Amino acid sequence: MIRSSVTIAVAELKIAYRNQWVVTAVALMTLFGLILAFAGSAPAGTLGVDRLTLTVSSLATLCVYLVPLIALLLSYDGFAGEAERGSLPLLFTYPASRFALLAGKYLAQLVILAIAVFAGFGITAGVVWSVDGGSSDGFALLFRLQWSATLLGAGFLALGAALSAASRQTGTAASLAIAVWLLAVVMYDVGLLGAVVADDGGTFTKSVFPWLLLANPTDAFRLFVLQAVDATVPGTGPQAAVQMLDVPAFVPVAIMTAWVIVFLALALASLRRAEG
Amino acid sequence: MNPAVRIDHVTKRYGAIAAVDGVSLNLAAGETLALLGPNGAGKSTLIKMILGLTDPSDGNIEVLGSPPGSHAARQSAAYLPENVIFHKSLTGHEQLTMFARLKGQPKASVQHLLERVALAEAMHARIGTYSKGMRQKLGLAQVLLGQPKIAILDEPTSGLDPLSREMFYRMISELAGAGCAVLLSSHALTELEARTDRIAILRRGKLVACDRLSALRAAAGLPVRLRVEIRNGQADDVASKLGGQRVNGQAVELVCEARDKVARLADVTRLGRTVADIDVVPPSLEDVYRYYSAAQNEGKTS
Repeated sequence: MIRSSVTIAVAELKIAYRNQWVVTAVALMTLFGLILAFAGSAPAGTLGVDRLTLTVSSLATLCVYLVPLIALLLSYDGFAGEAERGSLPLLFTYPASRFALLAGKYLAQLVILAIAVFAGFGITAGVVWSVDGGSSDGFALLFRLQWSATLLGAGFLALGAALSAASRQTGTAASLAIAVWLLAVVMYDVGLLGAVVADDGGTFTKSVFPWLLLANPTDAFRLFVLQAVDATVPGTGPQAAVQMLDVPAFVPVAIMTAWVIVFLALALASLRRAEG
Repeated sequence: MNPAVRIDHVTKRYGAIAAVDGVSLNLAAGETLALLGPNGAGKSTLIKMILGLTDPSDGNIEVLGSPPGSHAARQSAAYLPENVIFHKSLTGHEQLTMFARLKGQPKASVQHLLERVALAEAMHARIGTYSKGMRQKLGLAQVLLGQPKIAILDEPTSGLDPLSREMFYRMISELAGAGCAVLLSSHALTELEARTDRIAILRRGKLVACDRLSALRAAAGLPVRLRVEIRNGQADDVASKLGGQRVNGQAVELVCEARDKVARLADVTRLGRTVADIDVVPPSLEDVYRYYSAAQNEGKTS
């Protein structure tokens, strides 16, 4: 089982490396990170927060959009592509379980995503710190951002795997992935905020809304990172809303982990049903 | 001895339609069986069930005494899907190494196999640069991994040039010689004629024929054709004398039952020097195939 998964993972990593996926993902993370760090850092001195801490909180907002997108792009083709090429039924006839196939592909994608997050934000933080030259307080926060962003991505990798396993064609899987990204990442918060405005301070706003917000792993992630940021960093929009929510740190982590488990289980169920 | 594959009254229904309908068929070790039938006859569905990719609605299949798709069955079965495309970014060597490891075969066997299917020169090139024939050879190489006991090949020679086809059938007979049961589905009927032990024909999910080609010919009662070449433009005379059909100025074609063949040949040789040459054409696999898959023979099995 482990041998089969490693075999699949090695092949996937080779493919990702050849297709420049690893380089592209790291470059994207670094590029956007640096733009945010230097374009949006004007209030640093006035708030008395070190620049690295401020950068990390801007990176958290970036992660919310970019990490799920990269995760979905990495994973949507995984099984749909094999099905379309006709190699999926062949793989199914090999003495490797479908769980081992899923685990192998998932692990390879997770490694690529982790490399992108750790290297991309590591480079960004390194540049900011060397320019700023000041306190290194922000590094603990940076690490918190990196591993929780990887966990956020892991949830969307699992979601992408589930979409891919349920699709017979790459095209279908790709459009589903984009739709999911728009709904879960872009529209979700906007929709909830709209509901809050309509509710005008009623029970929905006070008791339902914060939990609905938290059920989405992108908001759970944002809460988890910002819980650790000094309260003097101002939050805006949904950021402010999750900051109101006073929950222990394990709650957002548990929500992100739940996404990984639920969607991996759905992906496995789809694969087991597939005739190849 | 137990058959390598035992298919026992197997039916597969998709909704109201029976894609495979009450098929029973055994495949012995070392035997090569050709599975024929028009598109939609149920060949792919039957293959999927033998491989354990889908379950029968009714009936039972055993692969080497184990249920299809079980670990034991998968360990000893090999499959070549129709039109498989491997990932274009991997090299042939890398792709085959992946398959070898999944099957628990030593990495050292990979190079040797690639040499056997004549892919040695291209093995470190990406599969994206391969021709269709080369991809098919790579597919064949993965079939040969670990000396399978059962090999299921779906349209294996499509896209291969004549020399590669020759090599392909040589490998298949080597496999069969080593005791592997081979199930071959193909449309290239003339190729299969000399290379398979038995022919199974599916039509609308039912097995309408399954026997040696000679037995199928006899059971079908298909006529033998005698093509007689005549000297000096006496074709019309000869045609009326023998009761045959004049093909052109030099040749006459006689059609007779298989059992009358020798008597008809005697008639022809009695003409002496008028006859320049005789060809005896038995019904081809194509004729047999056409006979068994034609609609008027519905329900007739041999």
